[in-house]
Parts: sequence; C-alpha cells; structure tokens
Amino acid sequence: MTAALRVVREASVPQPADRSIAIRLSEVSKVYGRGQSAVPALDRVTLEVEEGAFVCLVGASGCGKTTLLNLIAGLDLPTAGRVEVPGGRPALIFQDAALFPWLTAIENVELALRLRGVRRSERADRATDLLRRVHLLDFARKRPHELSGGMRQRVAIARALAQDARVLLMDEPFGALDALTRDLLHEELELLWREGGQTVLFVTHNVREAVRLGQRVIVLSSRPGRPVATFDVAIHGHRRIESPEVGALSVVIRERLGEEVRRHVEG
Amino acid sequence: MSKADRGLRSVLESEALAAELSAFDALELSAPVTHRLTASVLWAAWPKLVAIGVVLVLWQLVALSGWRPAYLLPPPADALAELAALIADGSLAAALGVTLHRAVIGFGIAIGVGLAIGIAVSRWPLLRSAVGSLVTGLQTMPSIAWFPLAILLFGLTETAITFVVVLGAAPAIANGLIAGIDQVPPILLRAGRVLGARGLGAYRHVVLPAALPSFVGGLKQGWAFAWRSLMAGELLVIIGRQPSIGARLQFARELSDAAGLIAMMLVVLAVGIAVDIALFGSLERQVRVRWGLADAR
Repeated sequence: MTAALRVVREASVPQPADRSIAIRLSEVSKVYGRGQSAVPALDRVTLEVEEGAFVCLVGASGCGKTTLLNLIAGLDLPTAGRVEVPGGRPALIFQDAALFPWLTAIENVELALRLRGVRRSERADRATDLLRRVHLLDFARKRPHELSGGMRQRVAIARALAQDARVLLMDEPFGALDALTRDLLHEELELLWREGGQTVLFVTHNVREAVRLGQRVIVLSSRPGRPVATFDVAIHGHRRIESPEVGALSVVIRERLGEEVRRHVEG
Repeated sequence: MSKADRGLRSVLESEALAAELSAFDALELSAPVTHRLTASVLWAAWPKLVAIGVVLVLWQLVALSGWRPAYLLPPPADALAELAALIADGSLAAALGVTLHRAVIGFGIAIGVGLAIGIAVSRWPLLRSAVGSLVTGLQTMPSIAWFPLAILLFGLTETAITFVVVLGAAPAIANGLIAGIDQVPPILLRAGRVLGARGLGAYRHVVLPAALPSFVGGLKQGWAFAWRSLMAGELLVIIGRQPSIGARLQFARELSDAAGLIAMMLVVLAVGIAVDIALFGSLERQVRVRWGLADAR
C-alpha cells in the first residue's frame, strides 16, 4: 500500500490560481420530474476543471454522469446552480459513436465543419487532415456500418476535433470496445490531447482506465451524484493500463468507490 | 527530458501507434462486398416471373376446360396477341402515356402533401393529437369511395382524378415519414445538437436523412395506393379524346372485347409491378444498404 500512497494525494490540494478555468460548476443540482415522483440526479455539485487538464470521473450506475455531461454540453439546463464553460460549446463523444449512418467517415467530419460554419472550399482539406490524425485516412469513404467499433469511435473523435472545441467531454467512449482496441485508443487519445491541449472530462466505469488516462480522478456518489473524493494521479513517464502504479492507485480508488456504493446500499 | 526529446518521443510513439492501428484495422474489416445493380434486379425479379408463369398456365387450363366460351374467357395466347397488336398500332403507347402522365402528376402532388403533413404532424404535438389518427384513418378508406364526391366537386375532369389519387397516396407517404421521424435514434439527435444542428438545420442534416428509409417505404406504399386510385378513377371518370388505360378497359367491357380487356389488365399489372420493383424496390434496397440496415448482396 505504501507504493500506492506515494502516488496518491487525497483531494484538498488547492489548484494553482494562474491556470484559467475551462469548466466550472457551482452548486449544480438537477432534479427530474416533480413533486412525489421527483428524482434528484445531481446534488449541489461543485467542480472546477482547469484549462488543458485531463480529468476522469468514475462512479457506479446512477451517479448522474450523463446528466452532468449534458449540462456541461448545454443539452440540458440545471434545476439549480451555475454551469460555466468559458471556452464556448464543448464537443461530446458518446459511448456509441453516434455517427450518422448515411454519411461516410469523411462526410461525418465534414458535416461537423459545415455546422460550425467552415467554408465549403476548406472542408475537404480539413476533414482529410482530421482523419489522418486518427489514422483513418484509408477509410474516409467507408460508412459507419462498414467500420469496426474502434474505428467508428476514432471517426467520432475526429468529428469532435472538427468542432475545434476547447473542451472535450467523453461519456464512456471506450466502454463497448475490446481490451486490445481500448489500449490502442488510450494511446491515441493521449497523443491527441498532448498535441491539441484541450481540456478533457472523461467519464468511465473503469477505474483503471481513469487512472491510465487522467491527471485527476474524481469519484462520484450515486443517487444523487456528487463528487466525494479527488485523487491526483502523480505518475510520471509513460503510463500503460498494466503499469504497477496504475494498478496500485486503482485499488485505492476502487476501495473508495466501493465504500460509496456500500453506503448507498446501507443508507 | 528536454522538449526536443519529448517531441521526438511523441513522433516515434505516434508512428508506432499508426502502424499498430492500421494492422488492427486490416484485421477487423472483412473483405469488401461487390454489389451489381443488374444482378440484384434480376435476383429480385425471378420469383415474380415464375409466379406470372404459373398464373398463365392456370389460365390456359381454365380456358381449355370450357368453363366459359372463348369469346368471354380467351386463352392467354389470344390476349397476348391482342396486346401485341395494341403495341404495334401505337394505341397502347397513347393510352399508357395519358395514364402515366396522370400517375406522375397525382403522385408528385401526393409526395409534396405527404411531406408537408408528415413534417407538420411530427413537429407539433398538438397537431398530432388532432389529426395524427385521422391520417391513418384516411389511409384505410377505400379511395373509390371519394369519387362520387370528387365528381360532384370537380365534374368529369382531370382534377377529379388527381384529387382522389392524392387523397389515396398522401396519407401513406405522410405516415411513412412520421414513423421514420419518430424512430430517429435519440442519440443521433443529441449528436446533431452537440455539433450545432438546431431547428431547421437539425431537420435538414439529421432528422430527415435518418427518416429516409421509412419515408421510401411510405413512397412505395403510396405508389400502390395511387395506382389503384388512378385505375378506379379512369374507370369512373372518362374524359373525351383521352384514351387512358382505364377508359380502354371500360370500352372493352362495353364491346365484350374480352381479349382486349385482359390485354389491358396485363398492362395495369405490369406497370404496377415494374414501378414497384424497378423503382421503389431497388430504391428502398439501396437506401437500406447505404444506411447499414441491410447487407449488400
């Protein structure tokens, strides 16, 4: 456990004030329904993510993570509290790639450019460039159903990058992929993030995945969801999902998450 | 580690990753499927051709049995000879021209009306609760029942025929579109909104393309209704100097020209099937393959 503790600092580390904030939630609550049947999904969530950070959210079912991402993406409004995303509309990547099945890979990317107001003459070049960045240029003319799950998710990443958003929200994007493909996509996402410098908020059930990718891992409670613990991932150098440091920190976080789930069952 | 080192490492990692990814991609994809249009049309047509052959044989047997005299029920050869004569003297082409012209106009208007009703009903819940079930109800109403009213309103005119063809086809087209819009996966709507497709843009880029397979199904069904309505209309509304297929059917009955009557019926059947297979069948199939709803064969 000492090895784990060396890489873990439990929360409460004040964020450096000089980095600007990319996402700020202040006392955000979301309740679905009214009166007797009201279901609180999020309860007074306060959260700040600095510009350029890679933050992972882990939680059991019912932690309101999809609600949280919908609020940040501006797809839904909070019942109370404030959601601020100073850098403009975020991009959102879903678990199911949610590509438009009638468009080819490159047309999916081009549509994102078009909806953002990029001129027709520039679209083809930029879409080609984005597909090259996710190593899918050879498959530009394929439709989503002709691609594998991992390739579809990479097209979805290219489409999200086409939005040129400063904030990238990811809702269990690799949850449905096999382990080998997932490892490759972790590498790819990490490289793209290092190149692009976006702020990434990544939601997952998979604690190891969170530790593999994130600079910070936030544990959410369930029903209603709220952040209950923050772990800084102080692992330097190249990380893999098999790395012992990743494993050690995962155990700690997994235990914290387990506590949260038990409390919910008992409470 | 210096910045240059980090940059180099990033490039090397990126190259290794690219190589690994493309090897993976090659493994994951199956061999490409080739798809020839002519082959698929033939493939779709042959069971229907066999069925036609069976019907011809049965017809010949009934004619041979002497159940009705040959001037009332001629054998297939007589009817086909009559058909050949009608083709040769150009009267079939003239009649078919009039009829298909009416079909195209009526069906074209029905597409416009069906689209407008479909979008309006799926967009405004109030309108849906008001007329949604009425649209389905109209679809079940036999279109021939509209003709007495249409003739009162418009007389024995092209308008009367067009009116009924539109009433026959538009509800099916609208229903196809409404069903298609209702079934658009919510995740695609969310994806569209995240990309900035709102209002009309969402309809244009997400909702309507997603609804297209169901809309094409509605078109196909709408065509069947339009064709039936048109035949009923041409039997009832006979306009001078307009030698339509329906009018020729009616005259053949009045003149007890059984071979000519059956020849015209064959034409009605052939046109219906040709449009169904050659146009809407293959269109529906192409859309479904393109949308990933069916395998290319």
